[in-house]
Amino acid sequence: MRIALRIALAASAALLTLGVAQAQETTLRIGTEGAYPPFNNLTSDGQLVGFDIDIAKALCDEMKVKCTFVAQDWDGIIPALQAGKFDAIVASMSITPERQEKVDFSHKYYNTPSALAVPKDSTLKGVTKEDLAGKTIGVATTTTHFNYASKTYTDSTVKGYPSSPEEQADLANGRLDAIEDDIVVLQQFLDSPDGACCKILGQPSPQPVEIFGPGAGIAVRKGETDLVNKLNSAIDAIRANGKYKEINDKYFKFDVFGAES
Amino acid sequence: MSVTAALAERPPPRARGWPRSRVIGYAMVGFWILFGLGIVAYLIFAWNADFFAKYAPAYLKGLQTTLLLVCISMVLGAILSVPVAYGRMSSNRILSGLAYCYVYFFRGTPLLVQTYLVYYGLGSFRAELQTVGLWDFFKDAFNCGVFAFALNTAAYQAEILRGAIESVPRGQWEGAASLGLHKLQTLRKIILPQALIVALRPYGNELILMVKASAIVAIITVYDLMGQAKLAFANSFDIQAYIWVALVYLVMVEILRHGVEWIERRITIHLKR
Amino acid sequence: MPSQNIWILLSWGPDGWIDDIAYGALVTIALALATLPIGLTIGFFVAWAKQSEEPSLRLAANIYTTVFRGLPELVTLFLFFFGVPILLQHLVRYFRPDATIDVNSFVAGMIVLSLIFSSYASEVFLSAFRAIPKGQYEGGYAIGLSNWLTMRKVILPQLLRIAFPGLENCWLSLLKDTSLVSVVGLAETLRNAYTAARVTKHAFLFYGVAALVFLGLAVVSSFATSAILRSLGKREAQR
Repeated sequence: MRIALRIALAASAALLTLGVAQAQETTLRIGTEGAYPPFNNLTSDGQLVGFDIDIAKALCDEMKVKCTFVAQDWDGIIPALQAGKFDAIVASMSITPERQEKVDFSHKYYNTPSALAVPKDSTLKGVTKEDLAGKTIGVATTTTHFNYASKTYTDSTVKGYPSSPEEQADLANGRLDAIEDDIVVLQQFLDSPDGACCKILGQPSPQPVEIFGPGAGIAVRKGETDLVNKLNSAIDAIRANGKYKEINDKYFKFDVFGAES
Repeated sequence: MSVTAALAERPPPRARGWPRSRVIGYAMVGFWILFGLGIVAYLIFAWNADFFAKYAPAYLKGLQTTLLLVCISMVLGAILSVPVAYGRMSSNRILSGLAYCYVYFFRGTPLLVQTYLVYYGLGSFRAELQTVGLWDFFKDAFNCGVFAFALNTAAYQAEILRGAIESVPRGQWEGAASLGLHKLQTLRKIILPQALIVALRPYGNELILMVKASAIVAIITVYDLMGQAKLAFANSFDIQAYIWVALVYLVMVEILRHGVEWIERRITIHLKR
Repeated sequence: MPSQNIWILLSWGPDGWIDDIAYGALVTIALALATLPIGLTIGFFVAWAKQSEEPSLRLAANIYTTVFRGLPELVTLFLFFFGVPILLQHLVRYFRPDATIDVNSFVAGMIVLSLIFSSYASEVFLSAFRAIPKGQYEGGYAIGLSNWLTMRKVILPQLLRIAFPGLENCWLSLLKDTSLVSVVGLAETLRNAYTAARVTKHAFLFYGVAALVFLGLAVVSSFATSAILRSLGKREAQR
C-alpha cells in the first residue's frame, strides 16, 4: 500500500508539473495540420513537410527565432492556439471574417482558388447549384470550401470530413459525387496514383471574398500585434529576397502568391 | 437495500457534530454544487440566442440519428447474438472455437478501430464489394456505423445471453426433460423467462454503453448528436457546444438507467419476500 | 487500390510504418499504465465514500460516478481537452496576464481516463466492500486499530483479492479506451495507424494492424492477470 501511495503521489506531482507547465520559451511554436499535401503533410518517419513548413522555416530564419512544429487536427487547431499549445498557425488557413473574431492574422502568404473534382466518368457538366442538385459533395469541415459548399449547394448533400485525404479516398471509392477543395491540393491528388480515377470539374465562380478571404495567412492569438508585425515584415522580406520564389518553385509551376495586395 | 444497514456499526456511536468524514463529505458536495452552479452560470453568461437558434434544430436531428443508430444496432446485435451464443455453448469444437474468436476479437479491440476498419478499410475494397453487390450498403456512412456497432454489440450480447442461460440451474433442464418437453420448448418456456430476469441489468448496461459509444460515429462523417456538436464547436469555437451535448447525453443515460431499474423492480416483484 | 508494396509499408524504418505503430503501442501502454494507479486510488476512495455512513459523502460519490459513467468518453475528453485550458487560462491570467497553459494530450488523456476508470472501478470496489463481513471491521477495532489502520491492514488486502476479476475487466476497457485519445492528437497506436492510412491510402491494412496490436495487448493482459491470480491464490493457500 505504501508503495502504491507513493506511486500515486509521484504520479500526481508529475501531473501537476506537466499540466501547469508554463510555455514561455523563446522559441516560436508553430501549429500545422499535417494532412493537406502539398502544403503540409506527415512522412512515415513523423516529419512535417510541405510548402507551409518551408515558408514557416524561412520566416523563422528571417525573424531569427527558433521554431518547432506541432501537428494538430484541423477542427481543433484554433482552440489549440487559444489554449496556448502553440503560438502561430501556419496551415494554409484562409483569412476570413469569422476567424478574425477569434484570432489575428498576418498578411496573406499565398492565395489559390477553390475547385471541384469529380470521377472521370461523371456526367456532371458544371459547378452551379443546379448542376450539383441531388448529388453528394465531400468537403473538409470548417474550411472556407465547406462554408461555400454548405451555403451554395443547398440542394445537395454536403458531407464534412476531418481532413482532405479522407474526402479524396471517398471520392475515389465512389462514396461521393464530387469534392471541393483548394485547386492545388486537388491537383496534387489527381497526379497521384490514387487520383487516376478523377478529374477537375471546374472552379466555382465568382468566389466571394467574404467567404474565401484574401488568401491564407498566419494566425496568432488575439492582441499579439507585435508578432503579427514581425511576421508581416518577414513575409515581405522573403518575397523580396527570392527565398519565397525558391520555395514556390520547389512545389509549384506557377506563383501561388496571387495578386499583389 | 441501504448501504449502511449492510455494514458494521463502528464501535463509537454515530458521531454528532463534525467528524472528519462529514467535513470531507460536505466539502465534496459543496464542490459539486459550486461546479453545477458554475456550469449554469456559464451557460447563462454565455447565452447566445443566435447559437441556440442556429444549432438547436441540428442537435435535435442529431439526437434522432443517434437514437436510430442505437436502436437498429441493438436489435440487429440481439438477432446476431443468438447464433453466437449458441456457438459458444456448443460442444462442437469448431463451432465453439469460431464463436470464441468472434467474441474475443470484438471485445478485445476498441470499437473505434472496428468502425474505422469498416468505414475506411472496406472503402478500399470497392471493386470486390461491388461484384458481390454489397457496395451500395457500405457506401453510406450510417450503414457502416450500424454494421460495426451491430457486430460489436452482438459479441457482448452473446456473452450476456450465455451467462444468463448458464445461470439457470441444470435441474431446470432435467425437470423439463422429465416432463417430456423437448429442448427448444424447455428453452422457450422454462429457461429463457428465468434467464431474462438475470440478463435484464446487463442488457440495460449494454444499451447505455451503446448510447455512449455511438458518439464515435461522429468521426466517420455521420452527423449524430456528437457530430452536430463537433460541427457547432468547429464553427463557433464555443465550448458550450460540448456542454449542451454533455447534458443531453447525461439526461439520456439517466433516463435509461432508471428505466431499467424500474422494469427490474417490476419483474422481480414475485421474488421479493 | 494503391500499388505500393505492402511489405515495404510494413517494414521498420524510414519508408515503413511499423516502427511508428510500434512506438504508438508503447504510448498506448504507457498511457494505460500511468492511468491505472491514479484510477485505482480514486476508485477506492470513491467506493469507500459510497459505503460510508455519512450521507453527504455518499451523495458526493454518487454524483461522481453518475457524471463520469453517464457521459460518453469522447464528450468528456473533448470537454476536458478544449474546456479546461480555457478555464485555467482565465484563472491564471489574474496573476500573470501573459501566461499560457498547455495541457498536452497525454496528460489530458490520462486525467480523463482516470476519471472514467475510477468511476467504473469504484463500482467493483463497492461490491467487494459489501462482500466483506462486518466481523472483519469489528475484529480490527477490537484489537485497537484505528479506522484507517483497519482499512489498510485488514480490509484492503481482502478487498483487492475480491475485486481483482472485476478490476481486470476495467483494465481491459481502459486499454481499449486509450484509443479514443487518438482523436485529440496523441500519437498512440490508432493515431499512427490513422496517419499511415491517410498518407498511404492502405486503410484496411493499417487499421487491421492496429486491431491486432490491441488484440495482442488484451492477450498479454489476460496472461498477466491469470499469473497474478495464481500467485494470489497460492498465497491464500499458504495461510
